[in-house]
Amino acid sequence: MTQKNGAFPSPFEVEIPAELEGWEEMYPYYYLFSEERREFEESKFWFQDRMHHPEPLYPFDTITAESWWVALSQYTTRIFVIPPALGIDQRVVGGYLYISANAVTDPDLVQKRLEHFQKRAGYYYQNWDTLYAKWKEKAEQVIRELEELEVPDLPRYDEQVYEDESVVMEGAGIGSGYRLLEAWDRLIESCYKIWQYHFEFLNLGYGAYVTYFDFCKKNFPDISDQTIARMVAGIDVILYRPDQELRNLAKKAIELGVADVLKQNKPAEEIMADLEKSEAGKQWLEALEQARQPWFNFSTGTGFYHHHRSWNDNLDIPFAAIRGYIEQLEQGNTLDRPLEEIQKERDRLADEYAALLDEESRKAFLDLLNLARTVYPYVEEHNFYVEHWHHSIMWNKVREFGRLFVKHGFFEDVDDIFYLHRFEIYSALYDLVTSWAVGTPARGPGYWPSIIARRKELIERMKAWNPPPALGTPPEVITEPFTIILWGITSETIEEWRRPEAAAAATLKGFAGSPGQVEGPARVIRRAEELDQVQEGEILVCPITTPSWAPVFPRVKAVVTDIGGMMSHAAIVCREYGIPAVVGTGYGTKTIKSGQRIRVDGNTGVVEILDHE
Amino acid sequence: MQGEPYILWFEEIDKRHHALVGGKNASLGELTQAGIRVPPGFAVTTEAFRVFLERGDIRDEIYRLLKPLDPSDISEVERVSRAIRKLISETPVPEEIVVAIRSAYDELAHRVGVSGVPVAVRSSATAEDLPGASFAGQQDTYLWVQGRDHVLVRTLVCWSSLFTPRAITYRMEMGFPHEKVLISVGIQKMVNARSAGVMFTLNPLNGDRSKIAINASWGLGETVVAGEVTPDEYWVDKVTFDIVKRVISPKTVECVPNPHFREVTVVAVPEERQMEPCLTDDEILELARLGKQIERHYGCPQDIEWAVDKDLSFPESVVILQSRPETVWSRKKQDDPSLKPKEKPTDYVASFLLGQLQPKQKET
Repeated sequence: MTQKNGAFPSPFEVEIPAELEGWEEMYPYYYLFSEERREFEESKFWFQDRMHHPEPLYPFDTITAESWWVALSQYTTRIFVIPPALGIDQRVVGGYLYISANAVTDPDLVQKRLEHFQKRAGYYYQNWDTLYAKWKEKAEQVIRELEELEVPDLPRYDEQVYEDESVVMEGAGIGSGYRLLEAWDRLIESCYKIWQYHFEFLNLGYGAYVTYFDFCKKNFPDISDQTIARMVAGIDVILYRPDQELRNLAKKAIELGVADVLKQNKPAEEIMADLEKSEAGKQWLEALEQARQPWFNFSTGTGFYHHHRSWNDNLDIPFAAIRGYIEQLEQGNTLDRPLEEIQKERDRLADEYAALLDEESRKAFLDLLNLARTVYPYVEEHNFYVEHWHHSIMWNKVREFGRLFVKHGFFEDVDDIFYLHRFEIYSALYDLVTSWAVGTPARGPGYWPSIIARRKELIERMKAWNPPPALGTPPEVITEPFTIILWGITSETIEEWRRPEAAAAATLKGFAGSPGQVEGPARVIRRAEELDQVQEGEILVCPITTPSWAPVFPRVKAVVTDIGGMMSHAAIVCREYGIPAVVGTGYGTKTIKSGQRIRVDGNTGVVEILDHE
Repeated sequence: MQGEPYILWFEEIDKRHHALVGGKNASLGELTQAGIRVPPGFAVTTEAFRVFLERGDIRDEIYRLLKPLDPSDISEVERVSRAIRKLISETPVPEEIVVAIRSAYDELAHRVGVSGVPVAVRSSATAEDLPGASFAGQQDTYLWVQGRDHVLVRTLVCWSSLFTPRAITYRMEMGFPHEKVLISVGIQKMVNARSAGVMFTLNPLNGDRSKIAINASWGLGETVVAGEVTPDEYWVDKVTFDIVKRVISPKTVECVPNPHFREVTVVAVPEERQMEPCLTDDEILELARLGKQIERHYGCPQDIEWAVDKDLSFPESVVILQSRPETVWSRKKQDDPSLKPKEKPTDYVASFLLGQLQPKQKET
């Protein structure tokens, strides 16, 4: 049986490598484990959030984590009053994010919270479609405002450049320095706000889906996760739209007779220059421009990190995919998804399973299926609005500030800005604005470069460190629903983490994500920018697959991920592409080496390393 | 009850005839009417039994003997049982009943085109308005009975099986009045089984209703039912119709007819046949199809006996011998509040979220 204590290190006794000394300075004080809260913090169970933040946190990039810290938690604790749960806590250790769930265990309190939940959640479930339509408007409004956000350009302190006369003639009474600070505030607010919206429906959406999932599992213990999802999954969801745009562009290229131009194996920029030379090429470029907004605001990663660049940032990725689709079309493949058949199969499955139940259970099943189908579009689509569309724009807006800092000698590179926490950036901006206002040198250029250089090195060292999967005191059994629902972490997962030998085993156990069995050489990819290493016919092994990696799917034989809950979009996309996937192996990227032959069984969730010593 | 028939063919029987033909025959009738492939046959109704008791004037005598009985006095129960059965066997069967049974048997032989067709003779007890009534008479079965006279003899034995010591004691202990329990007899064409066994229209291990579990062995199904062999296991997914699992076991014995003695015997299976799968894929899927159809008809999971007749060609060879509701999982499920229909979506979600609070043993 499980021992209660000692299996995981106390958060205060983690062996952080000596070369990471000073890592704490990159994060706000409230993010660190501290003596004042020691008793409380040691009593809790903390696990590393490898699902959303598998890499060390860049100081500015903590904004995504910090945004959901508040947004997710408030909806659980205070807005929808989820009866058995409070919010999710966060801490940073050696640059890695650890999180801790909080269950409500006092039955009286649960009962009291239940009354509020019934009324509040009831209102949302009742009016889901109307509220979700409104949500899309709200989210698009935030994105539009962010896009339109102007970052004023200030002259260097020693340039004799003055404010525009209009400030005087129109009696505006406000200078560009103020507007610069205001723009920064707007940018940060925009991030906070889009995350508020992110969780407006998420807890309820996942809660409903998992209730349906649990019902199916209880009635049909042998049913596969895929079948449960297939009875619900919409076919016309936004998630597939960017990929669909690529297919359409490939068709368009053939129609216009510019396929050969696009098939050249050279950078997108050069191909575009070639296309400019012909009328047909120009027409195709017009179609491209239309597709780019908004569909190419599609992150090549999860969107949680500044270096997860979008298709718009790196057109080579969508161009490579278009090339692949053109080749498929030339080979006679239509590229059309059999939408009608998928829809028919979805309804046939639902009818068959409904018919297997007695009258009472059938009513419950149909109620839950309807509920799951109601909430599912949001569950599948919200990522596009927030992590892809909004954040692709957001990271680039932050770079505009970075460019200003470079101009004023604060930083060497635009991306240096991500090595400062947002609160530090506000200080630096104030430094910059005072120097502009007065006309004297700022301290920044002498202050930040050495700090940034040190932090760059720290982040690199952090990447080489393998932090423990969990800290503190694990609960006897995991009862907090969101730990299971959102992170796919169960009592079994914890058992798995306790086994150090798991990291050296020749067989990995995960969840069956997409059916099928294949063997092939592994390619371990930890970051989106390494994706170009993937060769035709390899098996992709990565911390987590994201649907925005779409261009890589046609090239690989199978996918293996470290982390994957029951709702992993990755599994959905793999099924769509008809390739096997095993998700949530825990140690895939740590155990498997590139080039090793592995066998992936997407029916049973087992990955075997065939040439294991 | 004047005017009720002595004989009812399976295809004439429906639910309304329960009191006339007993649970077992009613079920075979219902299956036949639902278009399920059941070997042909007929029921000798309770009316025949009632008329037999009345005309022979033994009814009052029987219940007079039973009245003072103490069920715990085993030797007294046995003595009374013997006396009653003697009474029954010495009482002549009214000529019209004899004629009815004989001509029904001849008709059956004519229908299947085999003179002296081997049949199974089974008791099928009944008791109006009593729950669990089908158990109130102990079931007697005689296999491979051939010829009109032997059928008559076995019918009489079935009648008297209502008064075996076990049947008497059981009724008294369960509080069923003897007078309320009547008996019908089923006479059905015997299957010349190459393979036979049982089928659950759910996973009997975890209650999963999307699976069908088939247990099968060589010969008649009696060895499987009695647990005398470890049968082959075949699992079919009800939705996709994939055969998802097969476990082939050494089937060391089989139950086969012994026409010489007009009965069946258990014999050893030659070694080379023991590990051979006893069903083809087509037969497995045909069984699953029938299982699904029967379940749909009754609206609940079924526990089914079936056989593959070696004298018939596929798919006519795959026949159903009996079906009854599966009870274990149907009862268990009713206890789980999270599976009940609810009024509002929040009620479902709240019930699930709160259910997570109860630490539970995870099933494997």
